[in-house]
Amino acid sequence: MYRYDDYDQTLVNERVEQFRDQVNRRVAGELSDDEFKPLRLTNGLYLQLHAYMLRIAVPYGTLSTLQLRKLAEIARRYDKGYGHFTTRQNLQFNWIRLEDTPDILAELATVEMHAIQTSGNCIRNVTADHFAGVAGDEIEDPRIYCEIIRQWSTFHPEFSFLPRKFKIAVTGSPHDRAAVKVHDIGLRMHRNEAGEIGFEVLVGGGQGRTPVIAKTIRPFLPKRHLLSYLEAILRIYNQLGRRDNLYKARIKILVDSVGADRFTQLVEEEWQQIRDGYLDLPAAEIERIRGFFAPPPYRTLDAHVPEYEGALRRDLRFARWVRTNVTPHKRRGYAIVTLSLKPTGGIPGDATDAQMDAIADLADRYGFGEVRVSHEQNLVLPDVAQADLYELWKQLETLELATPNIGLAGDIIACPGLDYCALANARSIPVAQQISRHFSDLTKLLDIGELKIKISGCINACGHHHVGHIGILGVDKHGSEFYQITLGGSADENASIGDIVGPSFGAAEVVDAVETIIDTYLHVRADGERFLDTYRRVGLKPFKEKLYAAH
Amino acid sequence: MALQVVTANRLGDGRVVFLADGYRWVEEIGLARVGETEEAATALLAIAEKAAADRIIVAPYLIGVSTDGDRITPTRYREVLRARGPSSHPEFGRPPSATAAAHR
Repeated sequence: MYRYDDYDQTLVNERVEQFRDQVNRRVAGELSDDEFKPLRLTNGLYLQLHAYMLRIAVPYGTLSTLQLRKLAEIARRYDKGYGHFTTRQNLQFNWIRLEDTPDILAELATVEMHAIQTSGNCIRNVTADHFAGVAGDEIEDPRIYCEIIRQWSTFHPEFSFLPRKFKIAVTGSPHDRAAVKVHDIGLRMHRNEAGEIGFEVLVGGGQGRTPVIAKTIRPFLPKRHLLSYLEAILRIYNQLGRRDNLYKARIKILVDSVGADRFTQLVEEEWQQIRDGYLDLPAAEIERIRGFFAPPPYRTLDAHVPEYEGALRRDLRFARWVRTNVTPHKRRGYAIVTLSLKPTGGIPGDATDAQMDAIADLADRYGFGEVRVSHEQNLVLPDVAQADLYELWKQLETLELATPNIGLAGDIIACPGLDYCALANARSIPVAQQISRHFSDLTKLLDIGELKIKISGCINACGHHHVGHIGILGVDKHGSEFYQITLGGSADENASIGDIVGPSFGAAEVVDAVETIIDTYLHVRADGERFLDTYRRVGLKPFKEKLYAAH
Repeated sequence: MALQVVTANRLGDGRVVFLADGYRWVEEIGLARVGETEEAATALLAIAEKAAADRIIVAPYLIGVSTDGDRITPTRYREVLRARGPSSHPEFGRPPSATAAAHR
């Protein structure tokens, strides 16, 4: 993985000391709250409902075991012994003291981590496919370009005060696991007719109160133009994006208001001014960064692994876990393992310090010291030999990290919601917990099949409810929690925004509503048809009829 | 007349606090000083603004409450959660009445 050079390390170290000074000045009364607030936010420090929350960037979801152990140590020493992995592949600590924050940032800097640009109207942590570099269907590792974008966007002087926050996601595979179509900019790597690899550039996707699927403004961008083209897009947005209305400030609103064609034309005109200049990416620089993401020293393994195949036959519980939580690897004899952070009745995305330490040990023992964070709030061991899977599974079971529910109804995304978030209208986590408990029978889960339930505690949609097969949005009605349900959303290469089924449900009714939806699906589905396929075939009507039959 | 108390977050650790008698800031809502009229509530908020200027707390505001004997309960659910702690991690919450009793 990428290692800091002297520039990176100096920049991060200096930032820590700058913030230490700012905290001291705040405590000493030299800075008012109004003056200090933007400074702490630009260092990832929010004031939430119960305490300060520190959001730490996990660039494109890749962590070394050294970094994961550091996060465990911070959780133990400065928080309440856990951290929360988010839908943007970041990690949040919920119980941080202001006065500890400079020390925490200094600790993070020792393992090449920081909280820079995890808040504020700037280019945020660039996200990627969590199976980057190991997926069987991958064209090229997207993290090379994520890292290049990270370097370009970090402290970019022109883009530190954009109209609003800005999120970029990159996928190197045809199957989109990075939700690129609901990002401000989505980059999808593919080959053109000449066989060259480049990017499809999508702009103006997003969730929040105005969910939009991104539009393609350039079908193929050669790699060397990546930064100049991004710069052109950001310049147009910076110039024309609205600053008078918080709710209309994202690039999706600009693209919609001027039209995708006009927006494309503006970007292309700007790009003609700056292309082939200092932002050109030389092949040698791409290769230099690629070197950091070189494949680890894989062994040459047989296609047949008798001990693994034997365990699959002998142990049905193991076989069931393999079916849901293990994904084919591009290298023969290896597998990608997803650790479920969604135990039955658990809090999606939470990991204790002990779990983080144990995962780091397992990643060292059964991998090459690397762990991934998925935007679906799970962790991934990317390089496990098939021969080690049985032993690994047994250890994950004892750590409560082997719930066989990846991609199923129990694998729920949920934002922190009103339990933690100052913006939320309703709680998300308890709804996720209730649904998870209700659908804990593994046989039933497998029968239901692929089902993505996503829950947000407010319209900002951190829980991605718009793109859930079943989306649940918490709303406040006269001080009480209600939940609006949407159906048919999807965040993959066939992305769609869910349709609202009808009036919202009270907190006590929402699990029953989800059950009614699932029962309806089971009743009307055709053979082998997934929930989303069924929904796309039959539409809202049968679900609506069942849900509101009694009303 | 709606009853109100002042809440804020402590500057140093961000914890939820309530304005009590004697200009004290306490974590237990049961100890909060209740403004029974709009004038009383406004006076409490003025005390809080001074505490914010003195860097004890940040972002103070008034919340509506109801009382039942020694018990003070916020009107809005958001404030109930702030007073008790996250429902999803009850082990980090504050017991609603035990600490109040202990302070008396």
